[in-house]
Amino acid sequence: MPTLALEDVSVSFPIYHGGSRSLKKSLVFRGSGGQLATDANDRIMVEALRHVTLQTEVGDRVALIGSNGAGKTTLLRVAAGIYEPISGAVRTHGRISPMFDISLGIDGEISGYDNILMRGLILGLSPDDIESRMADIVAFTELGDYLDLPVRTYSSGMVTRLTFAVATCFQPEILLMDEWIMAGDAAFLEKAQHRIEGFVEKASTLVLASHNADILKRWCNKGIFMQQGEVKFTGDVDGALEAYAAAVVSSPHPVH
Amino acid sequence: MTISLNKAGKARNQQSVSVIEGGLANAPAMAAKDIVMGIRMWRLWGRQGWNDILQRYRRSLLGPFWLTASMAIMVVALGVLYAELFKIKVDTLLPYLCLGLIVWTLLSSFLTEAGSLFTGSEAYIKQIRLPYSVYVYRSCWSKLIIFAHNVVIYIGVILYFDIWPGAAALLAIPGLAVVLLNGLLLSLCIGMVSARFRDIPQIVTSLVQIAFFVTPIFWTPELLRGRSFALDFNPFYHLVEIVRAPLLGTVPSAKNYLAVALITLVNLIVAGAFFTRFRARISYWV
Repeated sequence: MPTLALEDVSVSFPIYHGGSRSLKKSLVFRGSGGQLATDANDRIMVEALRHVTLQTEVGDRVALIGSNGAGKTTLLRVAAGIYEPISGAVRTHGRISPMFDISLGIDGEISGYDNILMRGLILGLSPDDIESRMADIVAFTELGDYLDLPVRTYSSGMVTRLTFAVATCFQPEILLMDEWIMAGDAAFLEKAQHRIEGFVEKASTLVLASHNADILKRWCNKGIFMQQGEVKFTGDVDGALEAYAAAVVSSPHPVH
Repeated sequence: MTISLNKAGKARNQQSVSVIEGGLANAPAMAAKDIVMGIRMWRLWGRQGWNDILQRYRRSLLGPFWLTASMAIMVVALGVLYAELFKIKVDTLLPYLCLGLIVWTLLSSFLTEAGSLFTGSEAYIKQIRLPYSVYVYRSCWSKLIIFAHNVVIYIGVILYFDIWPGAAALLAIPGLAVVLLNGLLLSLCIGMVSARFRDIPQIVTSLVQIAFFVTPIFWTPELLRGRSFALDFNPFYHLVEIVRAPLLGTVPSAKNYLAVALITLVNLIVAGAFFTRFRARISYWV
């Protein structure tokens, strides 16, 4: 059963640098006739994704490989519905959750409990759903009564615990990750790794963009190699890593 | 291969299938879906809207009632001053000015804060797909809360001056709803244009300042002495009037209602067209 399908997806970003982003230039150029108008409309476009077609099935663990600027993050964001494609279509089957910035929505002024609740609401869960998982989250953070205090009073280690618990508490079916998540706190590290592993295993589909070949090999069974916004290779993870290695031979970008 | 059979089983049953297509063929349906899905997430923006206000006044003694206090000081000071300057009785001008300021504050905050409606939420927009209307509802809701705090001053004023507006006051409720709707639509438009063109918030701020002085808030329409065309073409006057007049015990004129109907219609069309056409571009712009 397909879980995530991109069909001939293209995405390009206009670069609104300096003046061209201001209304002044748009108006001034519009008023000053043809010659300069082409100048104003001749925006630099970055083609982040070019005719990308791919499909994932239940059980797929997809490694997304490519050098910086190859379009990995854009592809993940398109899959998450953050950028709607300029052309083509994105079909998803199942609850999809991006895990790009795990501290998203963490608000220092509200209590730990409220932060957990807010995260659940952002992910579109009902208060009942959130309530039913609260005990598990609370146990994981080991923060006890601190959860009633505003997050700004926490030590940085405590914030990490909370952030991590909050980020991993609501299980998506399709999990999109931009780089593997690391938890800093040494004492917490093992527990955190254990949790993130369980979290990833439970997802029916994983798409993981990373530069770390060890992590990709350990977690992924399929691989996609991207270059300049195009999918150059689709297959198993080793094949994708080889394709990447072959492509970077002539370029200065490091493999890891 | 493992398929999760954890507690999320409930969520799993309601399999969410979603299709996002490029191009504009589906744009009207996507825009409508955005607006409806946004309403369904009322728990999220309801809390966020509250937090936005609490944030500003956390750990202060009066909390959000600082809004009320500073507004009350302004109403009393300006009321007494302008009553003297215009030779109008304080018990006529002060209630009038109080309501004018409260409604104006609501209306102008929609305009001045709309510039950061989407750019201010960049962290969210770039990290997770939420209906864009959520950001609009959130800002609208927190402005309504502020308005409710300010209404306390009005109640104080009518008690002090012993004014009883009577049944006409009920007309203020639909009036307020229409003002909120227009504020919401305006801030959606301004928010989108501001995300694309970063000069817009500055332009809006300076225009709003001028609008404050040309709209009868601290001066009464009678002072115009026949030059009432200046009012007829001022949309803010009509919007303020449909809330202010009922609360002072008078029914707004048919002209007011006609003008407001026209303004709302134009707003609906413009905001609807804008949102349909450019909704998908917002995440590229912020």
